[in-house]
Amino acid sequence: MNYDPIDIALTLGKIALVFFVILTMAAYMVFAERKVLAWVQDRKGPNRVGPFGLLQPLADLIKLLTKEDFRPIGADKWLFYLAPAMAAIPAIMIFAVIPFGAPLTLFGHTVTLQVADLNVGLLLFMALSSIAVYGVALGGWASNSKYALLGSIRGLAQLISYELSMGLALVPVVMLARSFRLSDIVNAQSGCWFIVYQPLAFVIFLISIAAECKRIPFDLPEAEGELVAGFHTEYSGMRFGLFFVGEYINIIVLGGLAATFFLGGWHGPWLPPFVWFSGKVLAFAFLFIWVRGTLPRLRYDQLMHFGWKILTPLALINILVTGWWMVLRG
Amino acid sequence: MTIIKDIYALLTGMWITWKHIFRQPVTIQYPEEKRQPYPRYRARIVLTRDPDGGERCVACQLCSAACPVDCISMQSAEGEGGRRYAEWFRINFARCIFCGLCAEACPTLAIQMTPDFEICKRDIMDLLYEKEDLLIDGCGKSPDYNFYRHTGIGVTQPRGNGAGENRPVDVRSLMP
Repeated sequence: MNYDPIDIALTLGKIALVFFVILTMAAYMVFAERKVLAWVQDRKGPNRVGPFGLLQPLADLIKLLTKEDFRPIGADKWLFYLAPAMAAIPAIMIFAVIPFGAPLTLFGHTVTLQVADLNVGLLLFMALSSIAVYGVALGGWASNSKYALLGSIRGLAQLISYELSMGLALVPVVMLARSFRLSDIVNAQSGCWFIVYQPLAFVIFLISIAAECKRIPFDLPEAEGELVAGFHTEYSGMRFGLFFVGEYINIIVLGGLAATFFLGGWHGPWLPPFVWFSGKVLAFAFLFIWVRGTLPRLRYDQLMHFGWKILTPLALINILVTGWWMVLRG
Repeated sequence: MTIIKDIYALLTGMWITWKHIFRQPVTIQYPEEKRQPYPRYRARIVLTRDPDGGERCVACQLCSAACPVDCISMQSAEGEGGRRYAEWFRINFARCIFCGLCAEACPTLAIQMTPDFEICKRDIMDLLYEKEDLLIDGCGKSPDYNFYRHTGIGVTQPRGNGAGENRPVDVRSLMP
């Protein structure tokens, strides 16, 4: 591999672009969520800061940054400070492997619109999303608070259970694309999106990512009605902000992955690839907000029952059927 | 099949929230647009006058006695002709719960509730309304009522000669 300065500059530029776009989108996801939830409930939502309330994320940021950085007595200092980063950073890192547009040609170089085109991209995603569980677990454990601990226990059990069905739902995708590389998976869908071949896997994946980013039918780790705020009860200021932003980055990233695995990534007619990709991501984000405005929270035993006794066996059967079908087709 | 019923229920809920997204919000943007309260809304209390311009209040203390939070106090005095009036009259709006019991208790319809609910003050002492703050120049909700036309007048005329009074009937002349 040769290190051309232009290549390095382009890669750094892509990283900067991804960081900027993802963080801005996460901030505006918070705003969009508040707006859409308000509309669902026949309210107007935030509309005071700037035109249509569009500067609300900025106001929220200033508020979070100027708040007291509180640490409870008896909290484990280092773990307490580390946990928010553990929740937010893996979420951003996953985006490194997602292709968000068709390859471009700039300065005579072919630029893949993807930060790192790894041949184990899918496995990297699984690994990083498992690391993000540590943020939940350590945040709750280090806070020295019963609500935080209960929230983190629930979070651990839920995330591990649903990671399983999420991984199993992705196996047929890998079988069809014959690659772990995300750009290959996207290219394999240039003709027909995988959702057509794998509707069941798509539904399982969708439910699992809702559980993975702790969205409302599965928001047991946070459960504001039962556990105050779950694992981030004791956090304030920008540390809470990191948990919060991490959650919204997670929505964007998992939406992007769902689009990549099942909806053909950036493939689509007429419109430019980047528009297609962002449209799909935003559609998933809207779906999550809409679901949040509709469904109540599951009970804990229902959650575990659903994960282990329904989703996981269904995903396994789906793999078997896919394999059988592929053997028959040759 | 219970699973099909469950999925149908989920989709029904999603459809309802989807419809609500496009519905006009019920929010009233308070400082800019204000709700028109109903005429009988119970907010700021006033002391009204009778149609002739005199004070209706006779300082009978009934409103003060009816008040569950004891926010009304007054001092009665006697004017010319032995008629009572309030020397001072004070309502502590910091304490008032706007229940309207004082207005119901008032025998002369002097104390009345108005729909003006914007009585916030920076200083809590400014919520202590004295008689001159409470007294208005109108009759409030009962424009024609004058307490003294109905009662409180000594018998000055012979029987049957008072205002609105019929002459007594001689029962012996009522024979068929």
